[in-house]
Amino acid sequence: MEEKKRMPFKGTKEQEQQLMEVIESYKGTDGAVIPVLHAAQDIYGYLPIEVQTMIAEGLNVPLAEIYGIVTFYTQFSINPKGQYKIGVCLGTACYVKGSGDILEKIKELLGIDVGECTPDGKFSLDATRCIGACGLAPVMTINDDVYGRLTVDDVADIFSKY
Amino acid sequence: MYRGHVLCCGGTGCTSSGSEAIINEMEAQLKANGLENEIKVIKTGCFGLCALGPIMVVYPEGAFYSRVKVEDVKEIVEEHLLKGRIVTRLLYQETVEDDGIKSLNEVDFYKKQHRVALRNCGVIDPENIDEYIEADGYKALGKVLTEMTREEVIDEVTKSGLRGRGGGGFPTGLKWKFAYNAKGDKKFVACNADEGDPGAFMDRSILEGDPHSVIEAMAIAAYAVGADQGYIYIRAEYPIAVKRLEIAIGQARAYGLLGKNIFGTDFSFDLELRLGAGAFVCGEETALMTSIEGKRGEPRPRPPFPANQGLWAKPTLLNNVETYANITQIINNGAEWFSSIGTEKSKGTKVFALGGKINNTGLVEIPMGTTLREIIEEIGGGIPDGKKFKAAQTGGPSGGCIPAALMDTPIDYDSLIQIGSMMGSGGLIVMDEDNCMVDIAKFFLEFTVDESCGKCAPCRIGTKRLLEILTKITDGKGTMEDIDRLEELAYTIKNSSLCGLGQTAPNPVLSTLRYFRDEYIAHVKDKTCPAGVCKALSRYVINREKCKGCSLCSRQCPVGAISGKIKEPFVIDSDKCIKCGACMEACKFGAIYKK
Repeated sequence: MEEKKRMPFKGTKEQEQQLMEVIESYKGTDGAVIPVLHAAQDIYGYLPIEVQTMIAEGLNVPLAEIYGIVTFYTQFSINPKGQYKIGVCLGTACYVKGSGDILEKIKELLGIDVGECTPDGKFSLDATRCIGACGLAPVMTINDDVYGRLTVDDVADIFSKY
Repeated sequence: MYRGHVLCCGGTGCTSSGSEAIINEMEAQLKANGLENEIKVIKTGCFGLCALGPIMVVYPEGAFYSRVKVEDVKEIVEEHLLKGRIVTRLLYQETVEDDGIKSLNEVDFYKKQHRVALRNCGVIDPENIDEYIEADGYKALGKVLTEMTREEVIDEVTKSGLRGRGGGGFPTGLKWKFAYNAKGDKKFVACNADEGDPGAFMDRSILEGDPHSVIEAMAIAAYAVGADQGYIYIRAEYPIAVKRLEIAIGQARAYGLLGKNIFGTDFSFDLELRLGAGAFVCGEETALMTSIEGKRGEPRPRPPFPANQGLWAKPTLLNNVETYANITQIINNGAEWFSSIGTEKSKGTKVFALGGKINNTGLVEIPMGTTLREIIEEIGGGIPDGKKFKAAQTGGPSGGCIPAALMDTPIDYDSLIQIGSMMGSGGLIVMDEDNCMVDIAKFFLEFTVDESCGKCAPCRIGTKRLLEILTKITDGKGTMEDIDRLEELAYTIKNSSLCGLGQTAPNPVLSTLRYFRDEYIAHVKDKTCPAGVCKALSRYVINREKCKGCSLCSRQCPVGAISGKIKEPFVIDSDKCIKCGACMEACKFGAIYKK
């Protein structure tokens, strides 16, 4: 597999400060790793190896274990996300109403695959599990906006708004 | 005192279709008209009819407005709330009668429903504990703590016949008894709100619409089994439910309904939320507990069962959201009342998330024993666009497809198992003639391959092989031996996987093979996909009647696969055709279609 160029880590001192406070507040709590990872992802937007290392040291848990947890759960991402995070629901209700075709169309339009980000950092694409808006199937989300009852032809129009 | 109430749905479905903006507009309009002290706006949980969202119900009239837009709010305020004239144009049309409006209970969608677990959803403000208490909330906890022994509580739950609503259907009372009997200095109760079945959203709706019912039931369970600490494991993908639970837990603590010495007794109990992080396998009980402990959510062999060794190796009682939501009703109304609903072996009601090719997408709660036909045709309002029903899928990736011939099967735990599906957590996806059943089986296998945790070989490798064979078939390269191999492998995986995920992963394949074998054979022998879904097998065909012989299509075809004489029907040579679809787009007479 060809190796992708990794975006350099651009964490700030403030972010590190925030993370340290979170780690401090969870010290001594049973099962702290996952809540800390959630918080860290909120702070940094993703979980690069630098952040994982800080958490490993802060919680005194082996880095290998942290990495194992991060890669196990789909919510955690070791790649940065775009400014606009696109999620296409691939829950069953959306799938039977054609969300697979919508995903294909988006891939074609943006030239990226699921889990990737456009080179300009604008859009990233994820195939999500059921978001529970089955009444609107098929559904796509862009950050906090929800677009429902989509057809393949709607996609380009929606993107032009961003 | 308010003279009227405006209930607006704040569930995920309606929020996604913009109910938040409507609530804000409603409040602004009420103010502008000086009605803010006369009419109260309440943001409720899910009404169930998500397809018609955003939903707004105005009381005392009970006017049910559907698909409300921000622009409509002004009219509702000025006409209905100010002048008392209901805006018929915006009403859910089913409720409109010549001389007024029908009560919701008479509408087809609600008529056959029986709301026990969903009793407060769409009725109360889930962010206000006082409304829950007014609706008999925390009465059951008070009764249990002050009038009943622990054994009596377990007895009542056992007698009610309640079975686990998470899918397995294990008798709840028995589970409580095991945790009660387990020896240990510390015990936990936990709630499984990791609703991973794609297309199911019952638990989320309960948590969004009535979070206190789960908190109260967990406290009751904790008292019964002797625990003092609880965990709710919930999907991080449910931000609204998480927020409402946090609010509810905070309010319950402030009222002394969680914490030390509840109701002045020596019973103490507190709750913590734990967010999942997107792993389907964490819905399996042992995996869920490993995840709460902060590790990779991998399952482990049972026994020991969680009732003896669960969280941090301490006895733990784990129930699903909907199971808990039934508990307070059983305590308040008695086991006899509960067991009078449903069938002989499946008591009470079940909530289903109706989705897919159905008119009334949404949430329904029906007594056990209701038939699939009643759910789909009467409550669900049938299939859109006059299409033909093909199958209903229950149980998600662990369940199976039920064909039209079995639509009259009464729905309960045992009958669904018998026909090769399962109750599951309550997803019910309807498929019509345009859905290919081999493709659906493949869809579920893609899901399980992705979600298999990798711990045991049958599931990790076996599901991958199943998917490869299915892909071979949908690519048109399958042989009849592949179908046999598929079946054999499916049974091997079923029998040898470690946890429930692997043991049920082949069900979508087995049930489609059982009821839709002809579709598999069509893919293999005739190299066609009867529903026209599988791209590699689809063919473009020209309808001889509609074709005017204009030759436009043949000029568009990049590979010269279309030929014919002008003013006579053209034909497509499917050996040459590369299925680009250019001809179909070009045709002005709609004469070209995919087969």
